[in-house]
Amino acid sequence: MTRLAVPKTYKLYIGGKFPRSESGRTYEVLSNSGEFLANAAMASRKDARDAVVAARSAVSGWSGATGYNRGQVLYRIAELLEGRRAQFVAEIRDVEGVSAAAASAQVDEAIDRWVWYAGWADKYVQVAGNANAVSGPYFNISVPEPTGVVAIVAPQDSSLLGLVSAVAPALVAGNTVVVIASEKLPLAAISLSEVLATSDVPGGVVNILTGSPAEIAPWLASHADVNAIDLVGAGSLDWISMQVAAADTLKRVFTPENGPDAAAPALGRITGFTETKTVWHTKGLI
Amino acid sequence: MTGTQLIPTERALALIGGEPSDANLRRYLHGIPGVDAVGLEQRAAALGTRSVKTTSKAWALDTIIKLIDLTTLEGADTPGKVRSLVAKALTPDAGDPSCPRVAAVCVYGDMVPYAVAALGAAHGDPDKGGVSVAAVATAFPSGRASRSIKLEDTADAVRAGADEIDMVIDRGAFLSGRYGLVYDEIVAVKEACKRPDGSYAHLKVILETGELNTYDNVRRASWLAILAGADFIKTSTGKVAPAATLPVTLLMLEVVRDWYRLTGEKIGVKPAGGIRSSKDAIKYVVTVAETVGEEWLTPHLFRFGASSLLNDVLLQRQKMASGHYSGADYVTID
Repeated sequence: MTRLAVPKTYKLYIGGKFPRSESGRTYEVLSNSGEFLANAAMASRKDARDAVVAARSAVSGWSGATGYNRGQVLYRIAELLEGRRAQFVAEIRDVEGVSAAAASAQVDEAIDRWVWYAGWADKYVQVAGNANAVSGPYFNISVPEPTGVVAIVAPQDSSLLGLVSAVAPALVAGNTVVVIASEKLPLAAISLSEVLATSDVPGGVVNILTGSPAEIAPWLASHADVNAIDLVGAGSLDWISMQVAAADTLKRVFTPENGPDAAAPALGRITGFTETKTVWHTKGLI
Repeated sequence: MTGTQLIPTERALALIGGEPSDANLRRYLHGIPGVDAVGLEQRAAALGTRSVKTTSKAWALDTIIKLIDLTTLEGADTPGKVRSLVAKALTPDAGDPSCPRVAAVCVYGDMVPYAVAALGAAHGDPDKGGVSVAAVATAFPSGRASRSIKLEDTADAVRAGADEIDMVIDRGAFLSGRYGLVYDEIVAVKEACKRPDGSYAHLKVILETGELNTYDNVRRASWLAILAGADFIKTSTGKVAPAATLPVTLLMLEVVRDWYRLTGEKIGVKPAGGIRSSKDAIKYVVTVAETVGEEWLTPHLFRFGASSLLNDVLLQRQKMASGHYSGADYVTID
């Protein structure tokens, strides 16, 4: 007797929970050779709206945590990724049709990148901040602060590495994230959300949507409660219109990048989604 | 309200079949059929599934704003807080002059003079474009004070210019079966709502359904309040969880409908506390329309007691007007 396979249904990750799409829609995820792999939820604009609500409510807790604490939490994600590397390797091989060695290298790179960004959590303020020169008996200090909710269109040609490269830096400063995963390669993204759900990341800090970026991203670009949008994976979309819509609500915007070096690790990806707060403080009067 | 209040009271006495003693009221209230709790909750859940979109939704959102009692009932309230509440009541959305005003502001009794002063010429009947002042009275929210204190609390608010009084019933007395006491208190508070010119402030009777434990008790308390002369029956103070729920509101609307069929008199219903999203509020609007009819969707017959609901409704209005989602930065911080 042959055993009936039980394929996994890949759902969304919103506010620390795994809901189906509000629209009830799903789409088939196919392997590189065209075989059916899994059903994934096809998020609608209302799922994106709910994800922004979840992300907004998580901002105060996540941005209020100390840099040390955020660093530890992010590092913990890298540890958990390491523990589930076999699953990620298998999923990347399935959807991208690459060799085991190439898939393994992508997972390694993703984990290393996560660790690299985790290390910045308690350091980027010292690098990006400044004690300004003043002509008076007081200090004047500029510090970067997280901007709030960041929407991300993840790179579309990478399962895990592209997603991590875009999400991790936004989290470092204390932003919360709504990310649209790669439409064709969403499996590793949802598995990453399972890692996040069992790590120390508070619910709502990362929200992962699967489905059509062309459908969802414009709603996030014009959403008044989104503070910044990373269009790194939106190169094939009408991203100029989205940038225009984002300008209406004064969002910070990262423009599309293509190729294997998209969203390469850089301090600028952290500081790009921060705002500079400048304060003064008296010097000791005695 | 005019001085015709005696007529319903006499009718109530006729219905009860004697003086409003504990025994007579008990015989009457316990003779009311019990509530089918499963059926009630299922009906409420079914009414909550209606899809209200586009022009219907726009109408519902504006209707909700017109029915809101914009409320601040905190120990930390100040005259300044009340003034900003009044400003919000008069101009809910500064970016959209077409946005309607709310029905009333609801404050503690000692804040009534500040609300009246802040409203100025806009103080008036919501049916005529004004905004009323509602005051909670009778030792809100617990109701644990002597009768004379409660009456003075009420009369003081009315003297200060309150158009509506939100009183709490004595839940302890109700639950221990002393219905006569509860009845007398409502009648007395109603009398304390009388102004020198003989007119009455609108009386809303808060049942605090979260403390009444059963649907049967909610139905009895609703009947008791209406018999005693309530103009409105209100679910909750907002200080006790659970506050307003859709099944409880549906049940109270059914009592109001039955009373209307019995006497031709229209009583208002005010769910209060816990209604924070437009989506929830629309469910209540649907429930009102389906239970007592659309004519109940006026400020004189239905209110939402809410504070944060207004901002969510405004965000939805902005979304419908602009076509993109709005955010908390585009409404006031309360």
